[in-house]
Amino acid sequence: MKIHRHDVVIVGGGGAGLMAALYAGKEVDTAVISKLYPTRSHTGAAQGGIGAALGNLENDSWEWHAFDTVKGSDYLADQDAVETMCKEAVDVVFELEHMGLPFDRTPEGKISQRRFGGHTNNETKQPVLRACNAADRTGHMILQTLYQQCIKHNVNFFDEFQMVDLIMEGAECRGVVAYEIAGGEIHVFHAKAVMLAIGGWGPVWNITSNAHTLTGDGAAVTLRHGLPLQDMEFFQFHPTGLAKLGILITEAVRGEGGVLINGKGERFMPKYAPTVKELASRDVVSRAIYLEVRAGNGVDGKDYVHLDITPPVVNKFFKEDDSRTPNGELRHIDAEFVQTKLEDITDFCKTYVGVDPTIQPIPVQPTAHYAMGGIPTDIDTRVYASENNEVAAGLYAAGECACVSVHGGNRLGTNSLLDIVVFGRRGGKTMAQDVKGKDFAPIDAEKAAAAVVTRFEALRNSAGTESVSAIKEEMQLLMTDKVSVFREKAGIAAAVKQLRDLKRRYRNIKIEDKGKLFNTDLLEAWQLGNLLDLALVTAESALARQESRGAHAREDFKKRDDQNWLKHTLAYKDDEDHVTLKYKPVTITGYQPKERVY
Amino acid sequence: MQVTLKVQRLNPETNSIPYWQEYTIEAEPTDRVLDGLIKIKGEQDGTLTFRSSCAHGICGSDAMRINGQNRLACKVLFKDIGSNVTVEPITGLPVVKDLVVDMEPFMEHYRSVLPFFINDDPIPTQERLQSQADRARFDDTTKCILCACCTTSCPSFWANGEYVGPAAIVQAHRFIFDSRDQGTDQRLDILSDPEGVWRCRTIFNCTNACPREIEVTKAIGEVKKAMLYRKI
Repeated sequence: MKIHRHDVVIVGGGGAGLMAALYAGKEVDTAVISKLYPTRSHTGAAQGGIGAALGNLENDSWEWHAFDTVKGSDYLADQDAVETMCKEAVDVVFELEHMGLPFDRTPEGKISQRRFGGHTNNETKQPVLRACNAADRTGHMILQTLYQQCIKHNVNFFDEFQMVDLIMEGAECRGVVAYEIAGGEIHVFHAKAVMLAIGGWGPVWNITSNAHTLTGDGAAVTLRHGLPLQDMEFFQFHPTGLAKLGILITEAVRGEGGVLINGKGERFMPKYAPTVKELASRDVVSRAIYLEVRAGNGVDGKDYVHLDITPPVVNKFFKEDDSRTPNGELRHIDAEFVQTKLEDITDFCKTYVGVDPTIQPIPVQPTAHYAMGGIPTDIDTRVYASENNEVAAGLYAAGECACVSVHGGNRLGTNSLLDIVVFGRRGGKTMAQDVKGKDFAPIDAEKAAAAVVTRFEALRNSAGTESVSAIKEEMQLLMTDKVSVFREKAGIAAAVKQLRDLKRRYRNIKIEDKGKLFNTDLLEAWQLGNLLDLALVTAESALARQESRGAHAREDFKKRDDQNWLKHTLAYKDDEDHVTLKYKPVTITGYQPKERVY
Repeated sequence: MQVTLKVQRLNPETNSIPYWQEYTIEAEPTDRVLDGLIKIKGEQDGTLTFRSSCAHGICGSDAMRINGQNRLACKVLFKDIGSNVTVEPITGLPVVKDLVVDMEPFMEHYRSVLPFFINDDPIPTQERLQSQADRARFDDTTKCILCACCTTSCPSFWANGEYVGPAAIVQAHRFIFDSRDQGTDQRLDILSDPEGVWRCRTIFNCTNACPREIEVTKAIGEVKKAMLYRKI
């Protein structure tokens, strides 16, 4: 066992973790633990843009952005947090540019902006140019830029260290136990502040845009320490994943004019969202695709539809819709535009499905994409230990794993990249401030390490018969079947029961690799345990919520019910897998809930 | 289709020299080599070890030598390379286990070229302006995902691991040709070192290997030219 001491320890090297590291690192001794090399983090997979009301191309305001975000959330977001995020968005995007981020440019040399789902001019109700972008690799550019800055400022990195436990004394966090992947050694990180910035858990479902490595480890660990997870029933299914594969095809395709076409050759979104059509929020578009498929309108009778960005089709609909640029000219695209502005997705389509998007439509279906729920925090990333908003001292969370809540029941596109930089920055500053003048609270490092070693050795030496990959696949198919875009009581209840069975079988798991070095067999088994716990609280939270809101669409409770359900869920889980649900009110500043139409 | 994957294995805990192991699997023609490796690990041999994450060519975790060429395992489909597939770790970096190599020497070269934005002017209240033409000048090299396919396909790097390698030069290029950056002189000084840009013999392996289709050799050529004329 090795012991390290840093004022601040951040778990996760994606956008939120790196931004927090930059800010905390300016003032106090800071280290980042990441199970991947930071540049492998899934921030790099984000494509279309980061939302900020710069107004570089047309009139816009942060208040409009805030309203759109609240409406997109189906009024479940905490409005004070949303206002903070949208107000700081403008400044944080300029800060990224000052760090060297290579945004695309307008003809005047300003940061380029494009249209995205749910982002509107609040007066005309039409889509607004708000998503600041670098082609369709905006997340890649953000991740690279932040990592570059961390190199510049000598941030301490522990790459390929898997966080396996938190050192908690009551509700206070005093450090992290990590497993060095290359050598298999246990490391104890003694800290005054620990931030979890570990991303999401899309692999709970079988069709996902998420990396294999997004297994929600930190969220599952907090759950095991008796801390709650908030709004877990709200998981976003992005409407346009590449059929069968789930690989993300950015909403920017629709922002730049792409249309959704069913198997009958009809553009169907006007039926579901007459004003903004394809640029409705993601929950609305995903449901529309499901309903089309259910009505037998999938392409060739299958479970996908077409996303068409071929210039003749797009230009035809621009004309039909009389869609104009801010200068009043009729919009128009050509093949070169698609190739340069949507370069990566052009490559994905060609590589994986043999489709050239400039001449053929792209086969798409909804794909598990983003956790709106997660570890509850205040707007300075301090983790809440209960529904009464008591703070877990020393523990912070930011990015997708956190639930501030700025996304409520459904996140708008471009707001995840915004979330990670705004709250990463706030978290870094807050931690630096909170640890100043504070001593390291005592820990029993031997005991903390021993507990992990015991668990891991038991797992490594398990003589079980159950296969990790088989249990994982069963969980994924089950969740896709029963707790997906649509859900209803009997299905969710069956999922809960079967998840408990899978958890029982998981105790009898088989590990073939008994070695110390780079043992991914062992780590994947441990990570599966995390996914199972997150799946269970997701299903239990979904079963209880008897309404439809945002991404949680109950077939047996089709309407939103503000009377009874305008509240956040907080799920607690005990060692016997009993899930207890508590609730807390939503913060409303000025936007009163009203019917949501696009 | 039935696919046979011949994989180079090494577990330093139990073997001192690498050996080959063959696995046969049922796969869809559209499956990725990575899907095949995951299937083997899940169904046949849990000890098979490799890195992977995003599985669609943007995180750079799964660079491997596939049928003799450096590729990302998630960007090669069986239908494109047939049913007899050889998989080895990338060359020139120490093997940790099976297909996993120690990336540290590679990252050290990366860090050596000052791969970050340098501009000490007062920070403006809004964005720094940059024309579309100036932005386009370094667009290609912004795509790099640090997968190491280029550097570990380079014979000059194989011969001499001290050579900074194509990936690091690509990173330097991204800043040297950014009109907003002011660190060009420092970077060109670093790259004029004997282990710098002149070790490149214009072999083009890097360009062929790049999964992001960056014109690596061209970028290196532009850096060489900038060094000769100290003008970009």
